[in-house]
Amino acid sequence: MLFILLTIVFVVIRIMPGDPVSAMLGGHAPDKVIEAKKAELGLNKPLIVQYGNYLWQVAHLDLGTSMIFKQKVTSAISDKLPATIELTIFGMLVTLLVGVPLGAYAADNRRSGQDYLIRLFGIVIYCIPVYWLGLMFQMIFGVWLDWFPVAGRTSPRVFASTFEQTGLYIIDTLLINDWKALWDVLMHLVLPSLTLGLVLSGIFIRLTRANMLDVLRSDYILAAEARGIRHFPVVYKHGLLNAFVPILTMMGLQVSLLMAGAVLTESTFSWPGMGRLLLERIYLRDYPTIQGVIVIFALIVAFMSLIVDIIYALIDPRVRY
Amino acid sequence: MKENVLEIKNLHVQFPIHIGTVRAVEDVSLNLRKGEVMGLVGESGCGKSTLGFSILRLLRPPGKITAGEINYHGRNIGNMSQKELLDLRGRNISMIFQDPLTSLDPLYTIGDQFLETLRTHEKGIKKKIALERAVDMLKNLGISPNRLYEYPHQMSGGMRQRIMIGIGLILNPDLLIADEPTTALDVIVEAQFLDLLNELREKFDLTIMFITHNLGVVAQASDRITVMYGGRMVETGTAEDVFADPKHPYTQGLLASVPNIKLEQTELQTMPGAPPDLVNPPPGCVFHPRCPHVMDICKQEVPKSFRANGHMRACWLYK
Repeated sequence: MLFILLTIVFVVIRIMPGDPVSAMLGGHAPDKVIEAKKAELGLNKPLIVQYGNYLWQVAHLDLGTSMIFKQKVTSAISDKLPATIELTIFGMLVTLLVGVPLGAYAADNRRSGQDYLIRLFGIVIYCIPVYWLGLMFQMIFGVWLDWFPVAGRTSPRVFASTFEQTGLYIIDTLLINDWKALWDVLMHLVLPSLTLGLVLSGIFIRLTRANMLDVLRSDYILAAEARGIRHFPVVYKHGLLNAFVPILTMMGLQVSLLMAGAVLTESTFSWPGMGRLLLERIYLRDYPTIQGVIVIFALIVAFMSLIVDIIYALIDPRVRY
Repeated sequence: MKENVLEIKNLHVQFPIHIGTVRAVEDVSLNLRKGEVMGLVGESGCGKSTLGFSILRLLRPPGKITAGEINYHGRNIGNMSQKELLDLRGRNISMIFQDPLTSLDPLYTIGDQFLETLRTHEKGIKKKIALERAVDMLKNLGISPNRLYEYPHQMSGGMRQRIMIGIGLILNPDLLIADEPTTALDVIVEAQFLDLLNELREKFDLTIMFITHNLGVVAQASDRITVMYGGRMVETGTAEDVFADPKHPYTQGLLASVPNIKLEQTELQTMPGAPPDLVNPPPGCVFHPRCPHVMDICKQEVPKSFRANGHMRACWLYK
């Protein structure tokens, strides 16, 4: 899978108009300089040779060196990756905490006013573009109400360099017991993760509701009711947990959407993560970095699928064999 | 005569749907005496399961009881509050279902499901005591106590059905509604299950409503039999009476359609026609379009219940 993806990215970015050399040197550079630069970067070789070289590198766990900044791609990524991880984890949390309970509640109160409202919310929120929602949140909660900061991971006065170790600022601030800094970091996370999480929660509302409706019709729900089990445990302990199994599977698949959303959220909120790195380097046609970021995204998606399978086995005894 | 555990009086259950109203149960009255097994027979869609569900007030919307009463030891179930109902279910009246494979929650162990039932009805019960009771129950069912820690998918259908009964009886209810409990089991397991049911009935002093479409099972398991057709009761009597001397033409046809083991007739006997449409039931007797003895009055008036020696039949032939 990774290999196919790599091939596609490799070819597509080279088909795109523009190249790193003209991005670096501008349109008016003399041909000689351009040719020299191309030779230096290896861009004058046939495509198939470049491709072979790149694969060889990747096979040795080396993502290469940026064509623009002379910086190892791996170091650029490891600078930015923690920011994206923090954002996506919180985004996912928002998605689950909003989507699953609302969907379950809607299913339990099917065809009531609340059900229609929740479904409407689900559809509308899913249709809203991530960046637009982000802008609205910035305007309402950041500018008008002034509740939350609108950009970056920390306030200018909080110097990340004083605590940066893992790059995951929540863990970093906890490690040095700096509660003020932790608070600052959390406040910065609120709007971006709400933006990212809410948009995806629409899918989860619909998914949870549909699965819950299925489960609530099943015999063991009826049997539990016939035993006099109270409504709440019937719906949430038996119903929701059973409905959660397919939701979990979907969650694994949604990680890719989450990554795509992260790219947009990051540029809206000036979040110094992988998404912004990717966008910047696409403008610069920095081939190795673009490829590297995509590889890491793909690895994250694959890794999350693994995690999902493990959780799946924890919940459902039938797959433990 | 023994006291009545359950009295159903003129019960009507209807499902309003977009094309009209399904009259699932029409004017059903029957009594269950303490300790007896009442077999409720009829073809699919005749309202027998709906009757079972309405006793626990577990009808799925839009179904509702539109008229009549259900009295459990003299208490009207129709007037009970939600809380009284929750206490009634499982503690006083238990129900087991057709498909044992899907009646247990697949994500919890058998023990969890026993404990949940016990803890719901006996607040603050110690885990140790609850587990002991579950183990005792498993012994009654002939199941090893180790099974408490297993999940439903690790067991056979027959075993799961026994566990369903065990969970149903753990709180000592005196009424058990068994909704086609043997339909999903093969004949051998079915026979074992019926033996077990008989044993438990004595041990727990149970009154049982046994809902089935299987005449063989009903003959073996019941003291009295009620035959339903098109949402109405057509015949009630002791098992001997109904089997030896069926009065209602529907019961006669039903019994005639059972293949004879001696193969005296090689051709399968069938009843002409199809079950009635419960949205627009035929006027008069619901069975008249298929009845071999149909008379003019059958097409106009719903037959009254005629009794002789406790044998009731709703048919104008016995006016």
